[in-house]
Amino acid sequence: MSGLNAIGPETGATSGPTSANSWQYRQINARAPGLSYLSDALSHLVDAGVPVAAGTADLQYSNGLVRFAQRHPDRFIQFGISEQNMVSAAAGMATTGVVPFVATFASFLALLCCEQIRMDVAYSKLPVRLIGHHAGIALGFYGTSHHATEDLAIMRSIAGLTVVAPADGPQLAAAIKASADHPHPIYFRIGRGQEPNVYDEEPLFAFGKAIEHEVGTDLTIITCGTMVHPAREAVRSLRASGLSVGLIDMHTIKPLDRTAVLAAADRSRVVLTVEEHNILGGLGGAVAEVMAEAGSKARLVRHGIMDEYSLIAPPTHLYRYYRLDAPGIETVVRDILA
Amino acid sequence: MPNTLNVGPDPDGAGLTPDTVALLKERAQHVRLETVRLISIAKVGHYSSTFSCAELFATLYYDAMRLRRGEPQWPDRDRFLMGKGHAAVGLYPLLVDWGFFPKELLDGYTRLGNPLGDHPDMTKVPGVDFSSGSIGHALSGGLGMALGGRMAGRKFDVYVMLGDGEMQEGQVWEAALSAAHQKVSNLIAIVDRNGFQLDGQVDDIIGIEPLADKWRAFGWEVHDVDGHDVVALATLFRALKGDAARQRPVCVIAKTLKGKGVGYMEREAGWHLGYLAPEDEALAIAEIMGNGDAA
Repeated sequence: MSGLNAIGPETGATSGPTSANSWQYRQINARAPGLSYLSDALSHLVDAGVPVAAGTADLQYSNGLVRFAQRHPDRFIQFGISEQNMVSAAAGMATTGVVPFVATFASFLALLCCEQIRMDVAYSKLPVRLIGHHAGIALGFYGTSHHATEDLAIMRSIAGLTVVAPADGPQLAAAIKASADHPHPIYFRIGRGQEPNVYDEEPLFAFGKAIEHEVGTDLTIITCGTMVHPAREAVRSLRASGLSVGLIDMHTIKPLDRTAVLAAADRSRVVLTVEEHNILGGLGGAVAEVMAEAGSKARLVRHGIMDEYSLIAPPTHLYRYYRLDAPGIETVVRDILA
Repeated sequence: MPNTLNVGPDPDGAGLTPDTVALLKERAQHVRLETVRLISIAKVGHYSSTFSCAELFATLYYDAMRLRRGEPQWPDRDRFLMGKGHAAVGLYPLLVDWGFFPKELLDGYTRLGNPLGDHPDMTKVPGVDFSSGSIGHALSGGLGMALGGRMAGRKFDVYVMLGDGEMQEGQVWEAALSAAHQKVSNLIAIVDRNGFQLDGQVDDIIGIEPLADKWRAFGWEVHDVDGHDVVALATLFRALKGDAARQRPVCVIAKTLKGKGVGYMEREAGWHLGYLAPEDEALAIAEIMGNGDAA
């Protein structure tokens, strides 16, 4: 043995883990079934003749794009740990007629690559699709560097960029398919692929057209992304107890469905926004702008991360702590209406 | 001026006719003269950064690149990106020559409503392949074009002109690693090695040498060339275009003189940004004309 081999793997006493509960990174897809929607939707576009390319920055298992890479190796670019290079290169690819989808953690995409997104993608009007996954506090105890509770606010302020936060895999797939003839660049904000589905099958999807689940006169929750599922559970419980609570899936943060916001504000005493994001500048901020400019009489409450850095913990613990799970959201509503 | 080209034994071996050489020199002079004229409209601009790459502009646009007159969006055209976008004032007159936009637009350079700004804008200016202004993005953009061309089955070359100060941007080296790994042989980076950045000499601020060794270590084919010798430049770019067997991207390190053509600009780094009053403008034009005749 010499050189690198000298510190290479040695044959040990065991050939692998003995428990079926043990797992390693490359098996993450089995634990996050929601990840397959991204790859499958991209493959669908390829099959439909859209010249899609996919790229990632050393996270092909985390975002599940390995599935696309195996199916379309000639349409997949591994950029390694070079997120800014990836975003600018995606812009370059888009100038040649390719429709690039590039994916990395939302924290790196929206914050580290903010300037590349503004200049090379949005200002240049190139149809790049940016996939920010593990958004919000989905990376729990990996820490603040991996949390993205600012991305909606940042991306929303970039002119020319469409900002979408699908509720689950089926809606992500629907949004990706709907994007085939969308002329603008898009920021897709998604979770970690372990969220329960809101939609049993791909819902009808139109950019900028919210989905109204329930109509209520006491209060309407306007939410997006990973919060749609717990909000829906909360609304079911609240309605069962006799409260008139509405629910809107505001999957497109920009352009915001102003009509849906104002209709909710007209018929409900209170509008409550719920987001896995800082209450500043994201969904709550966008709804506040619309209601204020329209002179809406309804009260607005913004619920989310209260302009602070999240604690670290397993994500489900954090959702409970920050009242971003179904019981937490229900409590918030009951406190407001009490 | 001796030919310092390090490829090809005979500077005329690539079949450069005297007419071509004369044209390239004349167009480089045209770039400098138009730069002076346009900056007189804006009343501030990057003279010396543009003068250093005037021969590069001329050689690329009059000999190296495959373009179609009046068709700035021709899908198979060679691409040109500028990391040092602040030299765009020298690019615009050549885009006019190619019929990409009317000559009259030059007369409103930087004025309200005119598409021509200090930095090139692909959304406003036909013939500009990639917007710039944020130093460090262009090589990644060029990499993406090369990858996109490969995916689409198109054959074109992508030229990316970088400043030597730009070597200090981390994203350049992300792109350098990526391009070598992807074996994009149709990507040609050109470093305008004029030695200066805003605050002074590049090598005083954050040294970048040994630069050729760095690019070689990153997996690129590297050529050193005199960036003001149009024969050397044209011979090199022709040789690069003719090399179908190449499996690597190419970095051309063009040794240049910042401010080339106007003596005091060659000696004073502050001319990175400046303005010439009409009487000095006339003197600079005379000097450029004289140099053009003598070259």
